[in-house]
Amino acid sequence: MSLAKTKHIEQPTVLYMDGVSVSFDGFKALNSLSLFIEPGEMRAIIGPNGAGKTTMMDVITGKTRPDEGTILFNDELDLTRYDEAQVANMGVGRKFQKPSVIESLTVFENLEMSLKGGRSVWQALTHKLTGAKQDKIDEILSMIDLKDRLYEDAGSLSHGQKQWLEIGMLLGQEPELLLIDEPAAGMTDEETMKTAELFKELSKKHSLMVVEHDMDFIEALDCRVTVLHEGSVLAEGSLANVKNNQQVIEVYLGR
Amino acid sequence: MKQEIKGGPLTRLIMNDVAGRRMMMIILAIAIIVPFCNLVFPEGSALHVSTYTMTLLGKYLCYALLAVSVDLIWGYCGILSLGHGAFFALGGYAMGMYLMRQIGDRGVYANPDLPDFMVFLNWTELPWYWFGFDQFWFAMVMVLAVPGILAFVFGALAFRSRVTGVYLSIITQALTYALMLAFFRNDMGFGGNNGLTDFKDILGFDLQADSTRAALFFASGIALILGYLISRFIVTSKLGRVLVAIRDSESRARFLGYRVEWYKLFVFVVSAMLAGVAGALYVPQVGIINPGEFAPINSIEMIIWVAVGGRGTLFGAVIGAILVNYAKTYFTGAFAELWLFMLGGLFVLTTLYLPKGVVGLWAQIKDKFFSSGGGGQSGNPATDNAEGKV
Amino acid sequence: MLFAFVLYTVVAGAEASPTKPNTALHAIAQELIDAGYREKQALTERLTTIDDPKTLEFMQVMVEGDLYYRKDDRVVVIKGDNAVTTFFSGEEITLESKRDIKKISVNNKLRVLLRGGIARLQIFSDDPEMRMQAAVNLLKSAEDLDQATLDEALSNEEKPDVRDVLSLVKGIRLLEADTEKERLEGVSYLSGSLYPDVRGALANYRRAAEADSRTEEIQAADEALKKIESLLSLNSVAENLYFGLALGAVLLLAAIGLAITFGVMGVINMAHGEMIMLGAYTTYVVQQLMPDHIGMSLAVAVPAAFLVSGFVGVLIERGVIRHLYGRPLETLLATFGISLVLQQAVRSVFSPLNREVATPDWMAGTFMINPALELTFNRLYIIIFSLLVLALLALILKRTLFGLQMRAVTMNRPMASSMGIRTGWVDALTFGLGSGIAGIAGVALSQLTNVGPNMGQAYIIDSFMVVVFGGVGNLWGTLVGAMSLGVVNKLLEPWAGAVVAKILVLIFIILFIQKRPRGLFALKGRAADMG
Repeated sequence: MSLAKTKHIEQPTVLYMDGVSVSFDGFKALNSLSLFIEPGEMRAIIGPNGAGKTTMMDVITGKTRPDEGTILFNDELDLTRYDEAQVANMGVGRKFQKPSVIESLTVFENLEMSLKGGRSVWQALTHKLTGAKQDKIDEILSMIDLKDRLYEDAGSLSHGQKQWLEIGMLLGQEPELLLIDEPAAGMTDEETMKTAELFKELSKKHSLMVVEHDMDFIEALDCRVTVLHEGSVLAEGSLANVKNNQQVIEVYLGR
Repeated sequence: MKQEIKGGPLTRLIMNDVAGRRMMMIILAIAIIVPFCNLVFPEGSALHVSTYTMTLLGKYLCYALLAVSVDLIWGYCGILSLGHGAFFALGGYAMGMYLMRQIGDRGVYANPDLPDFMVFLNWTELPWYWFGFDQFWFAMVMVLAVPGILAFVFGALAFRSRVTGVYLSIITQALTYALMLAFFRNDMGFGGNNGLTDFKDILGFDLQADSTRAALFFASGIALILGYLISRFIVTSKLGRVLVAIRDSESRARFLGYRVEWYKLFVFVVSAMLAGVAGALYVPQVGIINPGEFAPINSIEMIIWVAVGGRGTLFGAVIGAILVNYAKTYFTGAFAELWLFMLGGLFVLTTLYLPKGVVGLWAQIKDKFFSSGGGGQSGNPATDNAEGKV
Repeated sequence: MLFAFVLYTVVAGAEASPTKPNTALHAIAQELIDAGYREKQALTERLTTIDDPKTLEFMQVMVEGDLYYRKDDRVVVIKGDNAVTTFFSGEEITLESKRDIKKISVNNKLRVLLRGGIARLQIFSDDPEMRMQAAVNLLKSAEDLDQATLDEALSNEEKPDVRDVLSLVKGIRLLEADTEKERLEGVSYLSGSLYPDVRGALANYRRAAEADSRTEEIQAADEALKKIESLLSLNSVAENLYFGLALGAVLLLAAIGLAITFGVMGVINMAHGEMIMLGAYTTYVVQQLMPDHIGMSLAVAVPAAFLVSGFVGVLIERGVIRHLYGRPLETLLATFGISLVLQQAVRSVFSPLNREVATPDWMAGTFMINPALELTFNRLYIIIFSLLVLALLALILKRTLFGLQMRAVTMNRPMASSMGIRTGWVDALTFGLGSGIAGIAGVALSQLTNVGPNMGQAYIIDSFMVVVFGGVGNLWGTLVGAMSLGVVNKLLEPWAGAVVAKILVLIFIILFIQKRPRGLFALKGRAADMG
């Protein structure tokens, strides 16, 4: 049990970060950040600009190597040792702030590409669309409401639809943990609420970490909130709790 | 028309590719008719095709195959290689080495074991890397293997460390430049700046004979069709869609769990091999291979063929290669001085006004005049948004 | 008529040299004209006793065999390569026929006498430089001076460097001595000297020693030679370092412009090499326009080249690149097309052949570090010049309003625009600045290499390598990148050959980019990801 040494809490976690630091040219983007997410938990992350939210996602997904610290996935996999593709295939899905779908492929092709498995070059070359896969695509399509635009280029979708397609692609990956960066940005109120519903639905099967600025959206999510500031956790608890925290108020309103 | 993903490989390859299918039929017809007219009709007959014309057209076919290989990586995967001429030239050298060995003792120095240039340099024995090139099969393996291995090693280094965009373009250019300098050296053992030439025969057939030329022409046509089909097979598979994903948004592809470097490496190696085959067919038809083929400008010219034709369509590359080279032949003959102005202008105009090439232009015209108002996406969506990242 | 002419010459001669004519020299000269070799020998011995500069010159001309006299009037003249001048009055004369003048001939015996005399005169001269020159000449022919005179000179000499050379002369003489002890002493004088003549003397000595199998002397000579070799190899490293720095300076000039267009604006300009070429051709045109003022031409060419290339750069930016921002690969292709057009334009306007660009006198010449190492001035000037340009550019970027606007636009275009900066103009001027500096690089290059339509091509890949190696968007990185690539290239050259050295450097850079894709001095973190 060598891992017991590195993990300092008992309960099972899907994501465990301890003492993670990253610096760029002397600027500490993450400063001994510690945070954990339990299986099936939905967690909202808030924090002012430059608090380290995006960097945190980068280190979890293997895009950036931390200078120090532990990041464990499902209590056993050390995420700092893998690259983006490997982390993705372990079951961590990531959605970017700016919708990133493959604009010159159709909605169908985007989803088909995202389906779990078949990641090797050879499998991709000999890939065949099976009935099971078709069913899975249909299932996702009904969730994200893009059935009638199946054969249109993703580039022709509206902003909100692209966001949803990207979420759909995440679902196709069947990840255990979803990292979602500002999903509500650029959405209408109605779309925002619909998205919140979707996430609540998703949290029944997956663990979610949602970075968001929109307080209404976070309220709708109704989950535990973590406040990041200057690369470390400032406060954690229910939204109401956090909102009344003196330090948080200072950070958000200025001193 | 976007439902082509359904259906078996044959449907995917041929039935859904109307334009490509038509073009391949035309190429096949040319590959048969031109040699036929050259061999059967006597000189002076209205139907006769001169050997000169046939050789010229044969060159175009090789260039077209080369253009397909460039389009495969640039049009579909966003890798702008400014060193693809290196793979073409290496394939050509592999073929040239075989042809050199076929000369045997008929060279100027009548040395049965050494090519003339080695005798001239007072070499006494064949360098190790020339062994095996007296065998046709070995040379053919090398035509694929040498460009393939170079592409693999170079690509593995470059893609793994995520060198992309213009950086990649520039180091590929440096690669072909370095190879050019190396091949210019006499002690490399590839004939220095004279290269390899004075070939006599191939597989025992006289290279000067019309029938041999006709056969080479036919082989070039078939190689182009096969190369096109292979490329088409790749880009219509799921792999092709992963390539497009890499081109449009490399990080998305990574976060979806695709090992981007392996995909790039695969398509880069395939492309290099196709270029090698094109070079190997080119050399016996023009009768010489020298280090000038490595010159960076050659590699850049290839890019413009694809750009003019319309990248990301494969058959656009074929059209572009033939159009630009026909123009080159015509203008270098008629107004030599104008050609570089024209070529330069072509670069500027295509990038500014014809981002989708003549294929895209044709689609636009067709849309405007022939479609009956009701929707239908214009152009080939695969060419949209084809931008590299710095 | 003839008489009048003679009279005129005599009078003119007298007028032309108001200083008191050297009567003794005059007399000897007149006697020499008629003398046979035997009398000449006596006359020459008399010559060598006169200590004055004019006599020295006389002997120098005589030993070279350039001393003639005019048959008509017995005026002593010097026959140079292009003209004939009178010796005493120094005026140029025209000859009707070659046979108008006759040579005052010398034989070997006379030459030895003359050289000895010259050496003696020079070695005791008041001018230290002349003494130095004489001593260095003696290294070639140590026997010109007899032992006693040499010893006298050695003991009289005050300048240490002249004394060093004189002791080398003594050493060379000693090598010929009769006893082994003396010869070995001679070797000890010579050990570690860098004069090629010393090395030659030692090599001869070793050969002689080997012929007589004098083992101890062979060993001594070998040691002395080895010491010289090691010093020489050190020298050649130093020389290559210098060449490397000069190449680095050229690369720096070529790359600074690129560091702006590529590094700051993110625009790949494949026509950058042609901006350099235009600068070089501007130099050519400037020199054609002011053929009588070649010395000034570079001072005119630098601003002219900056304006020409800068103007073309602005045109390219406004005409083409502006429409292609955010599409680097397309920019690359379009600018490549422009480079073809520019090359062909130059070929059509001038010629496909190389043009001759003159080097002003002040650029020529060398300075001597030691006897085996001379460094050319033009390279030194280019090194200094490149650093000046870099410094000036850094100043523009850091201290001027334009520099501020430029940085503002590259950092945050919409914000800059909303603050009233005309971003379009800033783009055009930035591009013009980068191109203009390339033009200046062309002026410098015209002093080092051939000026031809393809000259830019040779530098474009290298300049990109420098920028990529040094780290994009970093002038300091460009400096270090250029200098290290230049030096590495030149240091590799001696043992790998120029071409292989170049290939090795290219491979090195390709491997380097693998390790550090963003160069030596990369910006880390978020800023780097934005690109």
